Amino acid sequence: MTVALDSLVTTELVALDLPATDCRSTIEALADKLVAAGRLTDRAGFVAAVLAREEETGGTGMESGIAIPHAKHAGVTEPSVVVGRIAGGVDFGAEDAPADLVFLIAAPAGADDVHVTVLSTLARRLVHESFRTALRQAPDPEAIVTTIRGEIA
Amino acid sequence: MKLVAVTACPTGIAHSAMAAESLEVAARAAGHDIEVEIQGAAGGPGLSPASIAEADAVIFAVDAGVRDRERFAGLPAVEVRTRRAIDRPGEVVEQAVHAAASAPAGLRVPATAPMQWAAPVGASKPEQLRIWLMTGVSYMLPFVVAGGILIALGFSIGGATRVTAVKDFPVIADVLSSKLQLGALLFMIGKTAFSMMVPILAGYIAFGMVDRPGIAPGVVAGLIATQLNAGFLGGIVGGVVAGLVVMALMRVRVRGPLAKMMTVIVYPVVGTLVTGALLILVVGHPIASAQSGLTNWLTSLQGSNAVLLGIIVGAMMAFDMGGPVNKAAYAFGLASLQSGNYAVMAAVMIAGMTPPLGLALATLLRPARFTEAERESGKAAWLLGLSFITEGAIPFAAADPLRVIPSLMTGSAVAGALSMAFDAQLRAPHGGIFVVGLIHGKFGYLVAGVAGTAVTAACVLALKTFHRPTVDITEASVPAPVAGVLTNA
Repeated sequence: MTVALDSLVTTELVALDLPATDCRSTIEALADKLVAAGRLTDRAGFVAAVLAREEETGGTGMESGIAIPHAKHAGVTEPSVVVGRIAGGVDFGAEDAPADLVFLIAAPAGADDVHVTVLSTLARRLVHESFRTALRQAPDPEAIVTTIRGEIA
Repeated sequence: MKLVAVTACPTGIAHSAMAAESLEVAARAAGHDIEVEIQGAAGGPGLSPASIAEADAVIFAVDAGVRDRERFAGLPAVEVRTRRAIDRPGEVVEQAVHAAASAPAGLRVPATAPMQWAAPVGASKPEQLRIWLMTGVSYMLPFVVAGGILIALGFSIGGATRVTAVKDFPVIADVLSSKLQLGALLFMIGKTAFSMMVPILAGYIAFGMVDRPGIAPGVVAGLIATQLNAGFLGGIVGGVVAGLVVMALMRVRVRGPLAKMMTVIVYPVVGTLVTGALLILVVGHPIASAQSGLTNWLTSLQGSNAVLLGIIVGAMMAFDMGGPVNKAAYAFGLASLQSGNYAVMAAVMIAGMTPPLGLALATLLRPARFTEAERESGKAAWLLGLSFITEGAIPFAAADPLRVIPSLMTGSAVAGALSMAFDAQLRAPHGGIFVVGLIHGKFGYLVAGVAGTAVTAACVLALKTFHRPTVDITEASVPAPVAGVLTNA
């Protein structure tokens, strides 16, 4: 579990102070992080898959101000979570609740159970206000990664 | 209070897990026990039968289908989208507690759970069709039972030939003073319930295919099928067409405010228009000409070999039970009756009685070959069959037409042939056992009925045993996300 977790979230995959644009640009910006970290080979295909999922569900934004766009895609080489923080927030489909914390979840087409379980555990923890507050107040990427690892481990 | 919940979403990674956690936190905060089953990629162990048995209510927080929903049969249920369970878990839990305290029957999970989502991914086309049909049938069934039993009661109280002749709605004083008027009242209500049978079948076949947007186009398709005299087979075609039309519309992807407009305006208006136009313009004419063609053909057979005629009208009566073929046979019997030939009417009636009777017998002999709903409706089918309410067989036929209809036709052909061979005569156009006094050659008629019933039951059981469906619906392993995304919380 710890091994999976360590590779899942790294400081390279954290983007604080993203500009408050729109859903697509936010997802693209977070996908760029994956490409830069060598974890995504097909940026266009992956972004399209994530956006398709957003459309299908009417957006993955929650009233608590978080959004969890996600997709399983063959272009993803390693299960990853990219964390984006946006002052002001971006509309992810939740009524009157722009998302200021966006977790882009990327799973390879054949993600194994361990990784899926970790991703689900992370999603579960996001329900808790204390966790969200800690992430909102984290001063730098290191703090974000430490907070997430501490919460899930 | 003890609650159970199922959460599911198409990828099964994020929303189902968040909904599960939210519900757990909220339920415990409110002082309730809760156990959650996550269906999807990250699903852990499922709920144990013991947990379900102890639960007071069930929450479905789902964006996809609930796998094995029938496990929860009888439990008060609350169904929401995962998003609502995540955003407002407290309210959802409260709803469930409220449902547990005061659930009217409608909020409980039905024993024949709507199976519209249970189709396993990769199910073959025929399997999928069967699941859609069964969805339609499960919603139609109460109409068949209500209509059939009320009509039978009306016949027995007021006299079969007399109640059908009453045209005006009776008033209270009539009903209290006259058996005929009371019978007529029951008959009118029963007939009205029957008139919704095909529209409901068609509407909920479409519902099974595409969820709620299918209902309006499907029900309208069923009404049109009824007006076209296309019977329940026409209703099946109409329902499937409605479902396919809406499926096609759903492929049009739009975003933002336009998406709402699709659900509110485009699916109902365009879906209903296209479905209705297809039925009227494409199906309507062939049905009408088939019916008149069959009637002419039967008329030309008049006076030929009596037993052969009995076989033909018998098989026709059982083919579509209210559709063009059945109507042609019945009209032929009626015309013969009016011209003084009472044998054909007798054959027509006995052939219309054996389908429900044979199925009732089959459910009694081999209950395991039938679904629970079918076994229950098998009991009502005795009364419906005896009352010459052939429609009692429709739920069985609509759920499994390829095996059931040929069996019904064989049994009815036997009954019709024997009735003609014994030269049984009937001087009433309907009524079943309630017009027994108007039958001449009662013993032969009884033999025809018993033989037809036995043959029907034997054929149904043989076909259901040797050609069993390959996939058991309840074993569906992965919920298909086809339709779930459109249900609003």
